[in-house]
Amino acid sequence: MAPRHTRARACRPVPCAARGKARPPVSSTATAPATAAAPPGPRRTPAVPLAAALALALLVSLVCAVAVGSSGLGWSQVLRLLRAGLTGGRLEADEAAAYAIVWEIRLPRAVLAAVVGAGLAATGVAVQAMVRNALADPFVLGISSGASVGANAVLMLGAFASLGVWALSASAFAAALLAMVLVYLTARTAHGLTPLRLVLTGTAMSYGFSALTALMVFAAARGEAARSAMMWLLGSLGGATWGSVPIAAVTVLAGLAYLACAAGRLDALAMGDETAASLGVDPDRLRRELFVVTAAVTGTVVAVSGAIGFVGLMVPHLVRMLVGAGHRRVLLVAPLAGALLLVWVDIVSRTLLAPAELPVGVVTAALGVPCFLLLMRRRGYSFGGGR
Amino acid sequence: MTALPTTALPTAALDLAVDGVSVDLAGVRLVHDVTLTAAAGQVVGLIGPNGSGKSTLLRCVYRALRPAAGAVLLGGDELHALAPREAARRVAALPQEHSAEFDFTVAEVVGMGRLPHRRGALAGPSAGDADRCAEALRRVGAAHLAARGFLSLSGGEKQRVLIARALVQEPRVLVLDEPTNHLDIAHQLEVLALVREAGPTVLTALHDLNLAAGHCDLLYVVADGRIVASGPPAEVLEPGLLAEVFRVRATPVRHPVTGALQLLLDRLP
Repeated sequence: MAPRHTRARACRPVPCAARGKARPPVSSTATAPATAAAPPGPRRTPAVPLAAALALALLVSLVCAVAVGSSGLGWSQVLRLLRAGLTGGRLEADEAAAYAIVWEIRLPRAVLAAVVGAGLAATGVAVQAMVRNALADPFVLGISSGASVGANAVLMLGAFASLGVWALSASAFAAALLAMVLVYLTARTAHGLTPLRLVLTGTAMSYGFSALTALMVFAAARGEAARSAMMWLLGSLGGATWGSVPIAAVTVLAGLAYLACAAGRLDALAMGDETAASLGVDPDRLRRELFVVTAAVTGTVVAVSGAIGFVGLMVPHLVRMLVGAGHRRVLLVAPLAGALLLVWVDIVSRTLLAPAELPVGVVTAALGVPCFLLLMRRRGYSFGGGR
Repeated sequence: MTALPTTALPTAALDLAVDGVSVDLAGVRLVHDVTLTAAAGQVVGLIGPNGSGKSTLLRCVYRALRPAAGAVLLGGDELHALAPREAARRVAALPQEHSAEFDFTVAEVVGMGRLPHRRGALAGPSAGDADRCAEALRRVGAAHLAARGFLSLSGGEKQRVLIARALVQEPRVLVLDEPTNHLDIAHQLEVLALVREAGPTVLTALHDLNLAAGHCDLLYVVADGRIVASGPPAEVLEPGLLAEVFRVRATPVRHPVTGALQLLLDRLP
């Protein structure tokens, strides 16, 4: 850890005027130390207006996602078809194909992108508080690598063929839950789940599962199968249908509702287990609850979209840089930010090299990394005591 | 030195009673059958060498640990039978833990002290909460830090902010684990005077024997997980016991100005 004095000096001096209001004069009580002219705190963006702006942007982006594509539909036509679908308006006979593209292909895909993005961002927030680790993401608990084993068993070995189109999702979900249970049982001690054991167990298990996946790809892959395995490992929303949206949406919304109710307790847990206990929060119970919620949401999301990285790791940090660490605000903004990010990532991934599709993971990294690094340099952001 | 009370405690009249508490951690008994009491408004000190079990005992009193035997009683109610939030409205703590990973502002950290008072899971800070927090920060001399990031504070500033958080919890009992850690001498005296003024019953672990002598109504001496002496500071802090428990030579003197008991300490010959 850096010596305290260097950290204090490293605080970025922000002119008071830039913060909108003058600082009140500091009363000089006997206890007021010489540092009365302390540097002001980190800049914060008000969360509610930010959330409102993001929600609006998300709506506009969903329309964009439906309008943009290789089929050459015009904006006015797309808007008319969307309105027709919502209000039951009439269609021209020659618009049936365009209507199908808008309502059966692009819209479910855009909505699923939003749902997946929201779910990953929110569970990322939850997991980082649960294990108090800056590098944690929803996949640190072995979920995605477990799901990959399940998905690749279907892709490579043709397992669960009797389930038809559901085979991939069902197998990935089952494998994700199985992996979580394994990690949970291994990490558990008499004193409950400790953060470090959870992360270490999850990481170790992930390596094991990844090895299994690699073995399957190595042993069984023919050209196209290896390609779809790759696509799945980097995430893809290409398989989106209205069939996969409701179950993912319900799970993610339920998860968000739970986390919204747990926001205050997450603050306490983030300060440490003993602090949480002294504030009336049972850390073991909260961690168990978070584990179950994270497992359900991540398992569902991974089952419909593959292992989309980066969103669950970076969006929580990105949002904390903007609105601060308080979980009430973070959990209001993060799902919207995650949804917005993934909607645009998906637009780019399917249009940049159309008709070929880029894996989502490639685009999230390309869009997210520069944006993240830029914000981190501009704002004095600290996590884990470093600046 | 007074004899330890071994019969049934008149617990209802006491704010805090630790009744025959033993604590195990990882299969090892660290605290053995400890009994101590604190009457309303008293400042009770816990002194003892490193590793004697002070912190472990305190962790039982703010519910971070569950005793293997015995009970912690608050005004006659068993602490570990209360709902966690109810317990946190009665007992606040300053733990020794320093694992702040997230860059909360000072105002947010203090605001967490209102968590056990919130109505409903979705409820945010109430109207009065901000005033209470500002007042508590003012009392610990940290009002000017409210907008700062908690992680950017010095050790002593953090300690004062955490004491403010414990105060806004408005507890009957305040448990402090080395509250003077990291504090400069002015703030050490300030904080101990402050927690006495603040009104709650205080149970505090202290390393500095002179601070313990000057600020506690009652001292309990812990060694190897057991209470080995208890009573008013002037009775407890006698050279024979200090030599035995702390392995130091203590020479009691009277402070020339205040007349208070002071200990001059050096190595055993």
